[in-house]
Amino acid sequence: MQELISRAKELLADGTVARVLGWRAGDLPYNPEPAYFTTAEELENFVYNGFCGANLSKYMIEASKLEGKTMVCLKPCDTYSFNQLIKEHRVDREKAYIVGVGCKGKLDIEKAKKLGIKGIESVSGAEMTNAADTLTFQTIYGEKSCSYAEAMLERCHVCKGKEHMVYDELIGESKDTKDAERFAEVEKIEAMSPAEKFAFFQKELSKCIRCNACRNVCPACSCRKCVFDSTKFDSAQKANVDSFEEKMFHVIRAFHVAGRCTDCGECSRVCPQGIPLHLFNRKYIKDINELYGEYQAGADTESRGPLTNFTFDDCEPSIVTQR
Amino acid sequence: MYKIAKENLPALFQLIAGERELYVPVNNNGQVNFAAWTEGAVVDLDTLKSVKSPKDAFFPQSENLYTCYKDGKKITIQPEELQNQNFVVFGMKACDVKGVEVLDKVFLSEPVDSFYAARRAHGTIVALACHEPEESCFCKVFGIDCAEPVADVAAWMVEGELYWKALTEKGEALTKAAASLLTETDEAKVEAEKAAIRAIVEKLPYSDLSLEGWNGDALTEKFNSPVWEDLYKPCQACGTCTFVCPTCQCYDIKDYDTGHGVQRYRCWDSCMYSDFTMMAHGNNRTSQLQRFRQRFMHKLVYFPANNDGMYSCVGCGRCVEKCPSSLNIVKVIKAFEKQGGDQ
Amino acid sequence: MSLNNEEFRPKIVAFCCNWCSYAGADLAGSSRLAYPADVKIIRVPCSCRVNPMFILRAFEKGADGVILCGCHPGDCHYSTGNYYARRRMTLLFSMLDYIGVENGRTRVEWVSAAEGVKFSQTMNEFVEKIHSLGKNVRLGDLRCRN
Repeated sequence: MQELISRAKELLADGTVARVLGWRAGDLPYNPEPAYFTTAEELENFVYNGFCGANLSKYMIEASKLEGKTMVCLKPCDTYSFNQLIKEHRVDREKAYIVGVGCKGKLDIEKAKKLGIKGIESVSGAEMTNAADTLTFQTIYGEKSCSYAEAMLERCHVCKGKEHMVYDELIGESKDTKDAERFAEVEKIEAMSPAEKFAFFQKELSKCIRCNACRNVCPACSCRKCVFDSTKFDSAQKANVDSFEEKMFHVIRAFHVAGRCTDCGECSRVCPQGIPLHLFNRKYIKDINELYGEYQAGADTESRGPLTNFTFDDCEPSIVTQR
Repeated sequence: MYKIAKENLPALFQLIAGERELYVPVNNNGQVNFAAWTEGAVVDLDTLKSVKSPKDAFFPQSENLYTCYKDGKKITIQPEELQNQNFVVFGMKACDVKGVEVLDKVFLSEPVDSFYAARRAHGTIVALACHEPEESCFCKVFGIDCAEPVADVAAWMVEGELYWKALTEKGEALTKAAASLLTETDEAKVEAEKAAIRAIVEKLPYSDLSLEGWNGDALTEKFNSPVWEDLYKPCQACGTCTFVCPTCQCYDIKDYDTGHGVQRYRCWDSCMYSDFTMMAHGNNRTSQLQRFRQRFMHKLVYFPANNDGMYSCVGCGRCVEKCPSSLNIVKVIKAFEKQGGDQ
Repeated sequence: MSLNNEEFRPKIVAFCCNWCSYAGADLAGSSRLAYPADVKIIRVPCSCRVNPMFILRAFEKGADGVILCGCHPGDCHYSTGNYYARRRMTLLFSMLDYIGVENGRTRVEWVSAAEGVKFSQTMNEFVEKIHSLGKNVRLGDLRCRN
């Protein structure tokens, strides 16, 4: 972290960048917020640890419109999103100075809380320099601990790899966190009967409160005006009116980002109701891989997306009934 | 004061639900929210906070106002019926109860919102003291005592027993209805529990938060402060904070075309959304900074200005826990505190 | 069960491309080939015009089955529209299957302007299929019932 701060100070001082986009230490031990820094003094509050889960690529859409370059800290998975945004002309590569930061998996405080850890006063083990794989919490109710992996975000268990797809320089080391199959959950659902599938999604989506957090944090959801915000058609938008609307919203939202979703997992991270929204995106990704060839959105900035492409001998839609 | 053993609570719920609708915190796929009690529902009284506040019971996220039916050239309009059955909300916390008081100020002042008023008239609140408050709580800042909730019935969970004390007529009526399962007891254990809770509250990191300078008279000073310009930036304009909040009361009214008629309904709105208070000429808050400022100015300045100094935040801390960008009202208050001296 | 008012009459929405299937339906009509009146045709400029929301909206408002008809691959009036539609619909249908909607309720068929027979056959088959699946209860807005 110190290395990041001193590099940021250098870049600000020599005028390479006009601002730094990173994370500012929060007022609780686990809630740093994405923030812009413009002076060395402000950088004293810069923090980078296991709780910096936010994907800053999305913020670069706005930062690209600002005067001068922005130094942005991107984790390996965030760089896929950034690449995809370059492809879609939503960010300006020239306006970004990308520092690829190391990652040893990001934490989900909700998971720790589910383990009964509450009244948290301080946390140790979330720092990037820490080699230990235990998190120790000092709480009002005594000292508690859990393993790092137990409190890790779902997406980190199925990590795409710790290699940065786009960067100007790299700072910090990474640690492999993959310990689960990316499509295992999807396969489990595929194996269910229609009634079971329906019940599963009905139950999960019944929790949806239509807060639109999944959409607003999604780097692929970069439309200036969302179709669901249109006053021209009767979408329920923010209303929680009928289970159909929630299904429609999530199916369509996932469809709109199909072939462009890098599987960064932000939607599942931010959902206040803990809905596993990545199950929609991953289903599309799995289908695309199986039907149209392996494709990883954001791995490059040139290739055509699978839904803006075709071959003459693509399978027919009836394949769905035959599988 | 009465008590009932924790393992007898299902029987109590069954008894209450037998004669009226009962809302309890239910765990649905890992998330606790208030929902109608049914046999087999996983009631969770240990989780401190439900994800959504229980304000739904009185001010649902979406509700029908009336329906128009079309049959040829004939159109009939059918207004939605008002709540006419008694119901019970069991397990609200002191902050949530205070949240309802805030909603009362809005919906029960003239012109009275008849849908809300009907629900308030028929609803009985059983409030549960917070056994183990958490770090995101700051109800003390707003003068709320989570050790002693003020509702129709106040309840405490101590050592596997629920203590029960009716505080209003409605509460007495509910107590009478549940009398067969309650046994009389003294307050000794509850007093000890209250003291223990209050001692914990003192230790919470946000309990010493200062609201100095936030009042109805601070309008121009706070509104024009440059602090907002930096503060709003992490905000992604989702509605999480407003939808989990026990006091946010803004709503939108929309029409839905059912194919054979029109349903007019209202649903919660969020000042974070770009279409909030959209009018024919467009929107009067055009930037996210303005929208972000609106939320906190409303809670800490506009609302107290119109309601004898009452804030429309109750310190439940849900926004602290749920914001995707870890932005929240505490950070806003602290940012002003820090920068206050410079201006 | 004999024919009475209680009998289930499925509601079928057929999106038909203006340049082929819509003309195919015309031909079926002028050739006096019968297909059930349960099929409601919506004319679209190209199969590619149909976005996934159209399909879900149809289900929402009470359709029991949705079929999309376009030009045979290679014959698109706009050269490539149906190729894109093919990919989109494949993914969408797979998703509907994934969330537990019976996968016979959606279908894509390529019908040219000369294929009046195929049009009527396809519609007959599809209506029969939806008939066997019964009313669509999994996708549909409760507000649109009653």
